[in-house]
Amino acid sequence: MGMKYGLEIVVAVVIIAFATIFLIQNAAIQAEPGEDKEAWGGADGLVADIIEGQGYEPWANPLWEPPSGEIESLLFALQAAIGAFVIGYVFGFWRGAKTTSS
Amino acid sequence: MHIMEGFLPSPWWQIWFVLSAPFVIMGFYALRRMVRENREALPLLAVAGAFVFVLSSLKLPSVTGSCSHPTGTGLGSVLFGPFIASVLALIVLVYQALFLAHGGISTLGANIFSMGIAGPVVAYGIFIAGKKAGINEIVTIFFAAAFANIVTYVVTSFQLALAFPAEVGGFMASFMTFGAIFAITQIPLAIIEGLVIALVFKYIVQLKPEILIKIGVITQERAERLREGWA
Repeated sequence: MGMKYGLEIVVAVVIIAFATIFLIQNAAIQAEPGEDKEAWGGADGLVADIIEGQGYEPWANPLWEPPSGEIESLLFALQAAIGAFVIGYVFGFWRGAKTTSS
Repeated sequence: MHIMEGFLPSPWWQIWFVLSAPFVIMGFYALRRMVRENREALPLLAVAGAFVFVLSSLKLPSVTGSCSHPTGTGLGSVLFGPFIASVLALIVLVYQALFLAHGGISTLGANIFSMGIAGPVVAYGIFIAGKKAGINEIVTIFFAAAFANIVTYVVTSFQLALAFPAEVGGFMASFMTFGAIFAITQIPLAIIEGLVIALVFKYIVQLKPEILIKIGVITQERAERLREGWA
C-alpha cells in the first residue's frame, strides 16, 4: 500500500523541479541588462529566424492568422478544453459505470 | 512546434506528402476496422485523441529559454498502433494549421511524418520490445511517450536540414543547429509528457482494464499484477 501513489509522487516531484528550474532560469534572463530579444519565445520562431536569415522567403502564408495574441490564446485554450472535456467525460463515465455495477 | 507554412521549398514539401500519404490512408482503414469490430474501445480512442489535443496545445517553457509543446501521440500509438495514431495527429495538425497559423497546409505532409508517423512508430516499437522483455508496462509507456516526443523533433530537424543545408558544413551542420534548438528544448518536455501519459495509463488500467485486454495491449494476468502492484 505504501507505493500506491508512487507514480503520482514522482510526477509531482518532477513538475515542481521543472517549475523551479524555470523560475531560476527566468530570473537569470530577466537580470540581463538591456536585453531586447524576447525570452521564452517559441522554438519554431528561432528556427524560422535562422532560415530567413539565410535569405529564404517562405513561399506560402497561413490562410488565416489569429488577429491578436488574445485570440490565439483563446483558440489554444479551446483546443485544450475540447480535449479535457472528452477525457473527463470518458473517465467519469467509466468510474460511474464501475461504481454502479459493483 | 511544427514546420511553419511555406517553410519547406519544392520538392521537399511534396516528397513528405508522398511519403506520409500511404501511412495515413492505412490509418483510416485501421480506424474503420477498429470502429466496426471493437465498438467498446471507442471511448478509449476518444481519450487517446483528446490527449493529443490537450498536450499539443500546451506550450511549455524549457531549460533553453524557449517554449515548445508535447505531442501526446505516444498514448494513441501504444494503445491502437502507429497507423491510427497518425490519423489522430492529422486531426490536430489540421486544426492548428487552419485556426492557429501553427504549422501549415503546405508543410502538413512533413509535420505528419514527424509527429504522426516517426514518433508513434518509435513509441510502438519501444512498447512492443518492453512487453517482450517483460518490463513493467508503466515504465515502458513512459519511455514510449517520451521518445515519441523527442523523435518528432529530431525528425523535424532532419527535414529542415535536408531542405536547408548550411553553406559551410552542409546537411550535418544544419542538422546540429536545428537539433540544438528543437531537440534540446524538447528533452525536459518529453520527460513530463512520458510521466503524464504513464499516469493516465495507470488510471486506465485501474478503471477499464477489460478494454486494454480486449485490444491486446496487456494480458489479463498483467492487468491484475499492475492493479495490485507498484503502479
